[in-house]
Amino acid sequence: MNHPLAESYFRMDKLPHIWCPGCSHGIIMASIARAIDRLGLDKDNVCIVSGIGCSSRAPGYMDFNTLHTTHGRALAFATGVKLANPKLEVIVISGDGDLSAIGGNHLIHAARRNIGLTTICFNNNIYGMTGGQYSPTTPTGDKATTAPYGNIDKPFDITKLAIGAGATYAAKVTAFHVTQMDKYIESAIAHKGFSLVEAIAVCPTYYGRKNRKGSAVEMMTWLKDHYIDFKVAEKLPPEKREGKELMGEFINVDAPEYTALYDALIDRLKD
Amino acid sequence: MIKFLQGNEACVEGALMAGMRFYSGYPITPSTEIAELSAERLPKVGGKFIQMEDEISGIAAAIGASLTGKKAMTATSGPGFSLKQENIGYAALAEVPLVIVNVQRGGPSTGLPTSPGQGDVMQARWGTHGDHPIICLTPDSVTETFYLTIRAFNLAEKYRVPVILLTDEITGHMREKIDIPDPSEIEIYNRKRPETGDVYHPYGVEPGEIVPRMADFGSGFRYHVTGLMHDETGFPSNSTENARKLMDRLMAKTVTYRDDIIDYEALYTEDADWLILAYGGMSRSARAAVKVLRQKGHSVGLFRPISLWPFPEEALSALAGKVKGILVTELNYGQIKLEVERIACGRCPVEFLGRGNGEVITPEMLIETFEEVAK
Amino acid sequence: MQLELRLSGSGGQGLITAGIILAEAALADGKNAVQTQSYGPEARGGASKAEVIISDEIIDFPKVTRPNLILALTQDAAAKYVDASNSDAMVIVDESVELSPETGLKKLFRVPIIDTARHEIGREIVANIVALGLIVGLTQIVSQENLEATVIKRLPRGTEDLNRMALQAGYDLAKQI
Repeated sequence: MNHPLAESYFRMDKLPHIWCPGCSHGIIMASIARAIDRLGLDKDNVCIVSGIGCSSRAPGYMDFNTLHTTHGRALAFATGVKLANPKLEVIVISGDGDLSAIGGNHLIHAARRNIGLTTICFNNNIYGMTGGQYSPTTPTGDKATTAPYGNIDKPFDITKLAIGAGATYAAKVTAFHVTQMDKYIESAIAHKGFSLVEAIAVCPTYYGRKNRKGSAVEMMTWLKDHYIDFKVAEKLPPEKREGKELMGEFINVDAPEYTALYDALIDRLKD
Repeated sequence: MIKFLQGNEACVEGALMAGMRFYSGYPITPSTEIAELSAERLPKVGGKFIQMEDEISGIAAAIGASLTGKKAMTATSGPGFSLKQENIGYAALAEVPLVIVNVQRGGPSTGLPTSPGQGDVMQARWGTHGDHPIICLTPDSVTETFYLTIRAFNLAEKYRVPVILLTDEITGHMREKIDIPDPSEIEIYNRKRPETGDVYHPYGVEPGEIVPRMADFGSGFRYHVTGLMHDETGFPSNSTENARKLMDRLMAKTVTYRDDIIDYEALYTEDADWLILAYGGMSRSARAAVKVLRQKGHSVGLFRPISLWPFPEEALSALAGKVKGILVTELNYGQIKLEVERIACGRCPVEFLGRGNGEVITPEMLIETFEEVAK
Repeated sequence: MQLELRLSGSGGQGLITAGIILAEAALADGKNAVQTQSYGPEARGGASKAEVIISDEIIDFPKVTRPNLILALTQDAAAKYVDASNSDAMVIVDESVELSPETGLKKLFRVPIIDTARHEIGREIVANIVALGLIVGLTQIVSQENLEATVIKRLPRGTEDLNRMALQAGYDLAKQI
């Protein structure tokens, strides 16, 4: 029997999805559906926009107004959708390469405008769809098909990048920490203004195999053991913080939202 | 209402009359007045303007807006037109109505930003990768810029094909008298939308039709739009049979409806034994030259494609069978000349006067060349 | 009859505005007019020009090729835009402009346009309007009535009196020639 949530929010005839065994993307996609469910959003008023890549196939499975765009441009298309019809709840699904490499410019400017888009970054540190090339979030030293001797690039921290550019909500979480993920995605969608949730995902097929990270279970265990909430980390002695990665809700502030400002401009010009 | 406007300003007046309610773009000479005037006028009619972070997002946002049901436009010039190509292909495949204005300037690369050129005519046809349908209109005056902008929106809505309004720095920047008609005198076409309650196949067509009905995002039809090959339901499909059906249908749009789309001007061609062929801003020079040449006793006519793509092939072909020669003049090194040679197919010589240095070819230069080649 | 005018000076002297005003006044007179201008860095200083064609007929080719009248308010503009190939053209330069006597120009006038704007009207910024008054006073290419109406329509509210004075000063300069 199918799960009632799946029946309500997914295009059942499009499943099963194309993702590899052990891939985290299904976990994050389901978390988005749960958040929409808890918020009680009208499916007709939700628009999910994606670019190109593994994660960007998610909208095809989800029963909303869905838009699968060109590589890197999800936020740019979404900006048009949102500004043209601010009543729509617009959620962007984008991978690490899609969002921070080819689409990096759109990320910083959507954040700068504080336009009411929710961006969920499925960050698996690799270009999966094309077979495992290094992305802007591949850690230095790690291997990829285009970094056969180890990556010499420094990685982006996408959450920090968004905050630096003006995002008014930003959180980082992992595919292991599903309870927190549900909470952050719900808060991000409810937030008025630009919001981003960076969901750290595992790609056992390419990233994992290339870097000898073990099975999907071992990769998930690594996430469990290494990510701690930054608020918890602040209270820990330095030796216990060593080697830990930080997650949590890093920013949640109110600021004027772009499409609301434009609507106010239209009202002002009516006089 | 009589006004004295630049072509770029007339474009915005036409767009607003056609129902444009969304503009997104990036500033670039010599098209910027289109963005500036849209920024001023759109919020006053409840529309939206946004200056995006680059040329690519300029077209992407317009496509997004069009999917919500708004008539959307973006404008650019040379370098920006190159950057927009990928998403022009997206709009063609996903069948999103959209108007893209390219006010052509000189040269490849940054070239001559403030000078006219016509070097983008083949890019307008073939710029994006893969076969795709495209409509491209090119005006030769401020007044025609106004009317062709309206027509560009109407054709985009009617056929769900991206329409390129290909102007140039000559028509974009010159000021001329224009009589702006009352909106009641203008015919406006709006995209066909599905009826409520229908089982909606976003890329399925009614029997005998090739343009699907388009639902607005947010209107209750939850459907999927993708730049991948897709079937009638809108979902990706790898089937070669399905891809053939989709491509055949897309490519048929500008063929099946060519009589409705194709537009041209034929001046003094009935008795002409020579033709001068020019389009866009250059036809101003050609028109002046033809008038002088006729006074001098030459029986010469002007053939001016108004729709460049699809090209007015049948009309030109009929004339090519009758005349002694065709002199093509354009501000490039012979792009439309290739098309004219293909159509003339050896039945008459095709002569050429072109340049790509930002200078306009004057009527005097054209007269001199004509008298040399038409001896 | 077709008249081709070239108005030149430095960017910021309002010559493009002057060109538009002249063209619009011609339209109000029931004639046809086309206006073009040079674009680019010139609009921010350096030599700048606006060109206007006024005709009773339809204007096909919109660019000026053989100007009948050239105005140059600065030395740079005169060097760049005074076309001595048409010795019959009327050439009006500001008195600050020196032209070689060998140009062969038959109708060359050096007139204190900027000085009149600066000292008689008290605002150098109206030199373009003084020049319009001068050109129309000399040539009657548009009616004074429609010129004044267009100047008032195109320029900011509150400057009507200033611009009327500038136009009159231009007409007065024309009478002295």
